[in-house]
Amino acid sequence: MEWNDEALVVSVRRHGETSVIASLLSREQGRYAGLVRGGASKSKRGILQPGNLLHARWRARLPEHLGTFTCEMVRALAAEVLDEPLRLMALSSACAVCATVLPEREPHPGVYDGLLVLLENLPHEEWPTLYVKWEVGLLGDLGFGLDLSECAATGATDDLIYISPKSGRAVSSQAGMAYKDRLLPLPGFLLEPSLRATEISDIVAGLRLTGFFLNRHAYHENGRNQPDSRSRFVQALNNQTSMTG
Amino acid sequence: MRDAAIERLVQNLSRLPGLGPRSARRVVLHLIKRREGLLQPLIRSLEDVHDSIRTCSRCGNVDTNDPCGVCVDPKRDGSLICVVEDVADLWALERTAVFRGLYHVLGGTLSALDGVRPEDLNIPSLISRVRDLNSTEVVLALSATVDGQTTAHYIADHLARTPVRVTALAHGVPVGGELDYLDEGTLSMAMRSRRPV
Repeated sequence: MEWNDEALVVSVRRHGETSVIASLLSREQGRYAGLVRGGASKSKRGILQPGNLLHARWRARLPEHLGTFTCEMVRALAAEVLDEPLRLMALSSACAVCATVLPEREPHPGVYDGLLVLLENLPHEEWPTLYVKWEVGLLGDLGFGLDLSECAATGATDDLIYISPKSGRAVSSQAGMAYKDRLLPLPGFLLEPSLRATEISDIVAGLRLTGFFLNRHAYHENGRNQPDSRSRFVQALNNQTSMTG
Repeated sequence: MRDAAIERLVQNLSRLPGLGPRSARRVVLHLIKRREGLLQPLIRSLEDVHDSIRTCSRCGNVDTNDPCGVCVDPKRDGSLICVVEDVADLWALERTAVFRGLYHVLGGTLSALDGVRPEDLNIPSLISRVRDLNSTEVVLALSATVDGQTTAHYIADHLARTPVRVTALAHGVPVGGELDYLDEGTLSMAMRSRRPV
């Protein structure tokens, strides 16, 4: 058994003194774990950082074996944001979410493409919008997608400002007025692929929305909580909202 | 067939870093051959360390005294605190003899996947120590890894409410390093942190 592909590092755990078990996300293979011999060494530690894009070769005698990776750096995406607290938090959060919600050995090309676009754009301005949209896409890929096409109650396609926590469907301002305390706010930038968030509060609202459904479908259902890195990321953005607002 | 006591010693030694069962057997054989010259002094040293070494309640360093020798050294600048992940990092910085302030050992870095949270590290004690000592500068000497820098930003964020100046070690070209052999990440960080000459 063997495959070669470009892959993003999503998590790395120490295994023994010198090796690590890396979890890589590739477009064609999905999230795959494997042993990297000497992965804790000086020369390989820098390569095996979450968020880095590698050329990976996975080999095992039988498919059900853990297997071993040999990796070569393609792009050091993590190093580009190490000095930027919020961007680094976004990278850690995205990688930790991938490592904890994606099933192993199941291809999710949409999630991989979205994550690569997000990580490549982390040094640029539009990264918060990309982050929220990536999580919305991730929910869709996992089978828990939000339906933002029309109002769940009236079928209206405009003035959609809420999401029903039960169905994950959009609700219009008029239909949701009476239940607004029980509905989740839907930030407008999620309605069109070309729209960008203009306020941090919109990003926080988007992350609360995706966090609610990630918790419900991917974490709480399995008796887990979302990764601390995601909670810290949302908290840090929230603090910025309180400072600016 | 080996004696049970020898077998136990081999097993215990093979748990040490850098030693496997094969090298542990070699060590045991060597110790048995040099019982007086090596085994006895080793036993005494291990007993000394076991009986006297303690963790410093101020900085997290290991020493025979609590507070440790670094914390009570009057020649040290108490207004400077260098934050390190581990005691090994403290020893590495001490070998350079360029830092004459105090240290604070965190005991690791934040890690979402390994479940290491801020409360698992010595971060609250660092913050109270900075306040108590009226420190003027905290140097974050943490690894240039995603976890290391996440921890550094977390600490910097919490110290932002105090008047202390927070600095971090530079990242870039190592002494004796040739650009051709450097990885892309180090080079890009070095380029971003360039300075006037």
